[in-house]
Amino acid sequence: MTAATNAAGFPILSLITWLPLVGALVMMGVRGDEQTVASNARWTALWTSLLVFVLSLVLWVRFDPSEAGFQFNEQLTWLPEYKVGYSMGVDGISVLFVLLSTVLTPICILASWDSIQTRVREFMISFLVLETMMVGMFAATDFVVFYMFFEGVLIPMYLIIGVWGGPRRVYAAVKFFLYTLTGSVLMLLALIAMWLQAGTTDIPTLIHTTFPVGMQSILFLALFASFAVKVPMWPVHTWLPDAHVEAPTAGSVILAGVLLKMGAYGFLRFSVPMLPDASAEFAPFMFTLSVVAVIYTSLVALAQEDMKKLIAYSSVAHMGVVTIGIFTFNVQGISGALFQMLSHGVVSAALFLVVGVVYDRIHSRDIARYGGLADRMPAYALVFMLFMMATIGLPGTSGFVGEFLVIIGSLQVNFWLALLGGMGMILGAAYMLYLYRRVIFGRITRDDLRNILDLSPREWAVFAPLIVLTLWMGIYPSSFTSYFDATVGAMVQNHTAALAAPVKLAAPVKLAGPVR
Amino acid sequence: MNWTLALPEIVLACVGLAVLIFGVLRKQDSTLLSTMFTLGGFLLAGLLVLTRTPGFGFHGQFVADPFSAFNQILIISGAALSTILALDWNRAQGIDRFEFPVLMLFSTVGMMIMAGAANLMTLYLGLELQSLALYVLASFARDDLRSSEAGLKYFVLSGLASGLLLYGISLVYGFSGTMDLGGLHDLLLKPDSATAGLVVGIVFVLVGLAFKVSAVPFHMWTPDVYEGAPTPVTVFFATAPKVAAMSLLLRVMGTSFASLVGAWQILVVIVSIASMLLGALAAIGQTNIKRLMAYSSIGHMGYALIGLAVGNAAGVRGTLVYMVIYVFMTAGTFGCIMAMRRKGRSVEQISDLAGLASNDPVLAMAMAVFMFSLAGIPLMSGFFAKLYIFLSAVQGGLWVLSVIGVLTSVVGAFYYIRIVKVMYFDAAAERFDPRPASLSFVVAATGLFTGFFFLFPAPVVAAAQAAAGVLFQ
Repeated sequence: MTAATNAAGFPILSLITWLPLVGALVMMGVRGDEQTVASNARWTALWTSLLVFVLSLVLWVRFDPSEAGFQFNEQLTWLPEYKVGYSMGVDGISVLFVLLSTVLTPICILASWDSIQTRVREFMISFLVLETMMVGMFAATDFVVFYMFFEGVLIPMYLIIGVWGGPRRVYAAVKFFLYTLTGSVLMLLALIAMWLQAGTTDIPTLIHTTFPVGMQSILFLALFASFAVKVPMWPVHTWLPDAHVEAPTAGSVILAGVLLKMGAYGFLRFSVPMLPDASAEFAPFMFTLSVVAVIYTSLVALAQEDMKKLIAYSSVAHMGVVTIGIFTFNVQGISGALFQMLSHGVVSAALFLVVGVVYDRIHSRDIARYGGLADRMPAYALVFMLFMMATIGLPGTSGFVGEFLVIIGSLQVNFWLALLGGMGMILGAAYMLYLYRRVIFGRITRDDLRNILDLSPREWAVFAPLIVLTLWMGIYPSSFTSYFDATVGAMVQNHTAALAAPVKLAAPVKLAGPVR
Repeated sequence: MNWTLALPEIVLACVGLAVLIFGVLRKQDSTLLSTMFTLGGFLLAGLLVLTRTPGFGFHGQFVADPFSAFNQILIISGAALSTILALDWNRAQGIDRFEFPVLMLFSTVGMMIMAGAANLMTLYLGLELQSLALYVLASFARDDLRSSEAGLKYFVLSGLASGLLLYGISLVYGFSGTMDLGGLHDLLLKPDSATAGLVVGIVFVLVGLAFKVSAVPFHMWTPDVYEGAPTPVTVFFATAPKVAAMSLLLRVMGTSFASLVGAWQILVVIVSIASMLLGALAAIGQTNIKRLMAYSSIGHMGYALIGLAVGNAAGVRGTLVYMVIYVFMTAGTFGCIMAMRRKGRSVEQISDLAGLASNDPVLAMAMAVFMFSLAGIPLMSGFFAKLYIFLSAVQGGLWVLSVIGVLTSVVGAFYYIRIVKVMYFDAAAERFDPRPASLSFVVAATGLFTGFFFLFPAPVVAAAQAAAGVLFQ
């Protein structure tokens, strides 16, 4: 039975989720010689992902930002004897991540148009399956459904890194797989424990279930094992530089753009609202790891010789800011974390594409290999500069808003936290400007750089939406923050109320306010 | 005496005799027809199992209940899949004799009797009927040294295990005065009825049955027999007898000795942990894919035993769901392994799979589905198997077992994804020979089941629930 409370009038979330898979199945049926199959696969993938993107715009338009709970709900019985349903819905936190996934997928497909030449069909199938998993994960309002999509992401990503990656791709792919799986299986046990305690895996119900304090700590650690690897937090971040360096450009883009957000999303969706006491208890621990991540990985980034590795380490630093924001438990901090996640999703994705542009031409990511590109590629230099500035957090770009809000939020917690967390912005400026100088400025010394070509129309098409988004988010952030204001407000309120509650109840407590 | 209760077994035995006579009288090639008759017999028996009325027969020695029906259907499915796989393979290997399906039939009859046993004596008869046919099947490629070795090895070690089991049964009988499973249950409800001799007997029974499901430390025969036996026989070994032995284990522990769960639980926990650990660690170093699957099946039996260790109906349900999913994904994996033939000879090294994704994308995708499923990655059926098992384990408070279980599943994932790596990431090796249609059929059917189980888990779970309700009352 499909619930009728769907604002769009049809099961739009399921459609967005499963349509890419349909596209992938269609592609499997394509016959013909290799050239035809490749060309058909590219176009099928592009059109499918564009169609999905257009559909997701319906979410954007029809979403009611004043509502704190889940919207566009869908409900199907699935495992009735266990009270597990296939249920979908988005709230202010997840709706923008669904959009982020649907925006980045066509961009990735376009970006790999020429750079992927072997087994094109399999690549496109993997990408569409990956889109299904990502969207499904953000749209799931059932813990078991969430878990299935969360882990399901591993399969296409493992293949994308392993088949189309660089020289050490096998090592990177296996490391990525095993790191994330280890965390995930512990989350599975936490999931089961919460399931048995609450009698359901419905996320809105779980949010309003009070778990015993002693149990919360163990659950928090189990969830932490999974989400911290995904974020990734220091010291379990080591899979990320390997995965990024070896992955093809589109793989890196989706990894940085969406997959890293899954961990932080998990903290926001599960750890903080469901385990308020444990979250408060572990906040100093999280702050410590985050601050170490911000400073340590920024310094590591400064020493990198490989462009992708540098951006990978900068991602860890930026995600450190996100985890600081989440665990401040105030509106500014959490809004800032969300905004930073979105901004990082766009900007770091764009930076990997920026690296991809020169990699496609020269086939090297070595910083020393470049220099003086401004002469031959002025448009490229401009685009690079914009995204570099956004990473640093220049006012007027998307990067500024998130970091600024997180610093405000963390100031309310602790001055030193804000100071050390803010160090990331300074160090970020150092390593990014240093990178930019070495790649773009200076004189061209190598012969093959003398006739390197500037951005092609296809590449402009790839960058244009990202440029628009970066500036839009920087200049008029409230068109995005308004989506999650109500949800974050309710979340902070619930958190404060849960901590203030003098008596812990074992039974599920229904709080006032629209849940379904 | 309600003999109609055993109609499926009787019919299957008669089909076996008929095929035997047919094969002897018909001089020319009779493999195809006898295989078809066998499959028809399986189908008929399956229908009869589904339609018969529950109850006790043969003076309480034989039982038909949802539990036996569930396992018998699964046994028949495993046997039918192996029979289909054997058809073209045996022909290609030159061992296509009509005795093969006959032996499969008799072995299946034995297993069905095992699943329907309500008495320790019936249990033993079924077990021996099954084992005797299996000894011959393991050495069916009689000109092949490894096959003969596998048969002999299985014969000696299985004989030992049967001896242990029989000794355990005699102890149980001696100290309790009954061989009836229900009678034992009633007897043990009385306080102080669990004498030391009886408990020793239970341990022997447990050991004998643990051998049959190849749980550590009684697993030694598995890798050698899996590797040496003709591959269709390995499929059979990996599916139907495991189900039969597991159902016996569940039945004996879940009815007769249910009240002594505190006494034997720790044993099952230890066996389960040891199996999961060995299955995960020992498989890493394997280069032969049949040996790897042997260790994999040891590990999977460890997971399935978690359900028994929980010692309630929810645990049994988890085990039953696990066995269903296990049978289909294992049969499918072996289907893919049997497609590994070059120039008419079968190859068994993992490295032979190199670059399969570019040579034969469909087969590679099917194999990848099975590997991810065996590793327990979601959307594949293997995840649900683990989900139900761990659900019951956490519910039963077996935290140590659960944590070790999920961690060994990560170690196990390493060697499964290594096979995916070989198929997808490595440079293409020589192509395999074209696949016979029978093999494609089995791989497609089991692959669809494994890949799309997530769409319809409810019927299987409901059936397992009904079956599990019989035990631990």
